[in-house]
Amino acid sequence: MRRLACALIGATALLAVQQAAAATKLTIATVNNGDMIRMQKLTDDFTARNPGIELDWVTMEENVLRQKVTTDIATKGGQYDIMTIGTYEVPIWAKQGWLVPLDNLGPSYDVDDLLPSIRNGLSLGGKLYAAPFYGESSMTMYREDLFEKAGLTMPEAPSWDFIAEAARKITDKAHEVYGICLRGKAGWGENMAFLTAMSNSFGARWFDMKWQPQFDGKAWKDTLKFYVDLMHDAGPPGASSNGFNENLALFQSGKCGMWIDATVAASFVSDPKESKVADKVGFALAPDRGLGKRANWLWAWSLAIPSGSNKKAAAEKFIAWATSKDYLKLVASKDGWANVPPGTRKSLYDNPAYRKAAAFADMTLKSIQAADPTHPTVDPVPYVGVQFVAIPQFQGIGTAVGQQFSAALAGTTSVDQALKNAQALTEREMKRGGYIK
Amino acid sequence: MARAVTRRRKLAFTLVGWTIGLTLFFPILWAILTSFKSEGEAIASPPSFLFFHWTLENYAEVQARSDYLLYALNSVVISLGSTGLGLLVAIPAAWSMAFAPSKRTKDILMWMLSTKMLPPVGVLVPIYLLFRDFGLLDTRGGLVAVLMLMNLPIIVWMLYTYFKEIPGEILEAARMDGATLAKEIVHVLAPMAVPGIASTVLLNIILAWNEAFWTLNLTASDAAPLSAFIASYSSPEGLFWAKLSAASTLAIAPILVMGWFSQKQLVRGLTFGAVK
Repeated sequence: MRRLACALIGATALLAVQQAAAATKLTIATVNNGDMIRMQKLTDDFTARNPGIELDWVTMEENVLRQKVTTDIATKGGQYDIMTIGTYEVPIWAKQGWLVPLDNLGPSYDVDDLLPSIRNGLSLGGKLYAAPFYGESSMTMYREDLFEKAGLTMPEAPSWDFIAEAARKITDKAHEVYGICLRGKAGWGENMAFLTAMSNSFGARWFDMKWQPQFDGKAWKDTLKFYVDLMHDAGPPGASSNGFNENLALFQSGKCGMWIDATVAASFVSDPKESKVADKVGFALAPDRGLGKRANWLWAWSLAIPSGSNKKAAAEKFIAWATSKDYLKLVASKDGWANVPPGTRKSLYDNPAYRKAAAFADMTLKSIQAADPTHPTVDPVPYVGVQFVAIPQFQGIGTAVGQQFSAALAGTTSVDQALKNAQALTEREMKRGGYIK
Repeated sequence: MARAVTRRRKLAFTLVGWTIGLTLFFPILWAILTSFKSEGEAIASPPSFLFFHWTLENYAEVQARSDYLLYALNSVVISLGSTGLGLLVAIPAAWSMAFAPSKRTKDILMWMLSTKMLPPVGVLVPIYLLFRDFGLLDTRGGLVAVLMLMNLPIIVWMLYTYFKEIPGEILEAARMDGATLAKEIVHVLAPMAVPGIASTVLLNIILAWNEAFWTLNLTASDAAPLSAFIASYSSPEGLFWAKLSAASTLAIAPILVMGWFSQKQLVRGLTFGAVK
């Protein structure tokens, strides 16, 4: 009996060891959005080609994801082998040595096919530290029917003055039609993503070359005053609590004449299953003021390997599969070209089938090309990032400044006071961070 | 006349009670209704209350995408485990504070409560490092331990309050009859404090079930409970409201049913001191 028990335990242990040796389990932390969920459903293709690799998904909401992966990577927790991170994290984490450079993606990967602005945002010292899964910029979405009714024609590259004039003309508050919907909810990735990109087009910048905050300058005052006045005249009520989803709901239910937001929204607003105005939506570039910079941002959800992972080879194989040209073809064959993750590869925009399926393809490409994370502003700046500043302190500062600007929009503080507070708190944090004395 | 006034007052109280009850329940009801809508209908403005195209597609999608049973099992193990372990530590602690107090008992009670005033994120990194070094990341055992510690002040405080209501003479009598300390606690004190212990257990299970800071930060896939399951359906950029509602409904259903069946015990326990 005892021998039998020993034999059984031995056999079980052997089996367990064999299984452990046979399969490499990759734990992948990812963000909850349509493209990522689609990838999870298509991974059979990868596991069929790589029988020794198992995939374990941990899907999270963006902010939860950021908090978890930041804790894990900073403490070298090693919970994840692949992390989904954005253009904000990549330069900071690469500089800290927290990420593994992706220099073994295989001969067919064609790294030169990646869009240059996206590739620049994910590289440090010429080395790629994360592979882009999908890229996005921001653009103007507008209601063609309302423009026609008001006798207006949207140019391909509108100016802020035109946008403001059109928004005020279209607004019909009695019928709950608002000329323009813009983000107002406080947060560095919420209202500050929009307002920072907008400020770039007004000639403003977060810091000068000596890291001195610039909220006390004329350009920021012009930006914030323009935004608050426009939203008071032509925005929806309660705009200070509206983020992407709230504005999407408003636009889809026909309550917004224009909406300037992420290019990824284009597929939502033109989906007849979800949008009441799907066949009436037009697209244009984000506005400018003739200063050489448009109010569009640049973001790419990308896959990276933390240096704490001990399954680098398998992880790189997966990243090469998920961000390859073949993956785009795989999605097209299953769900059609319109559902292919956009904004990462030049070849996708040369593909006539994609251009035909996605009416917004051209505008997305132009918007992405118009944003340069290494030269985001009219005047020179010491930082990288279009709608953010790629320094570790920015999450905290960006959200605190966002709260001031959201309060100005809600009318609980004045534009001048909000800017004064923003300047003071940014100066304080930059002193604490050792950037200025 | 007096009778009419009483009836009117009763009616008014009933109405006020129902209004408050329904107002509190409305967000949950709304989430449940939204879980049966399509994503388009979930964001429709004005929203439809009952007259929409009812669908189970969100539940099917959630079921297909996530292993609900694994998350639910983790939630059950973590909440029951942390509560059980908490009771083992808290009953003797509360006994000593209630029946053998020292000069510093009040200070210790206040100190225990003060630990609840510290924002958990303040100790995230040290606890994360400890978990990493002891191999406790993404394990149920680790979460049972951390949630037990987080809820311990509440358990001790609640039990202390209930124990204080029990006359010390009864325990003295047991002691005079030759009961040992363990027998005194198990056979005399615990049966008398059953309503109090039951409500403590229920409240603690609910707290552990709903905990969403440590459970999110210390787990990845193996030990992730229902709070992580809900978090995986939330998104600031995209339409997941109906699916999120379906996930939330699935996550709260077990605890809602448990609360429903044990409400008498819960209310009795929570008002134990007041009605004596």
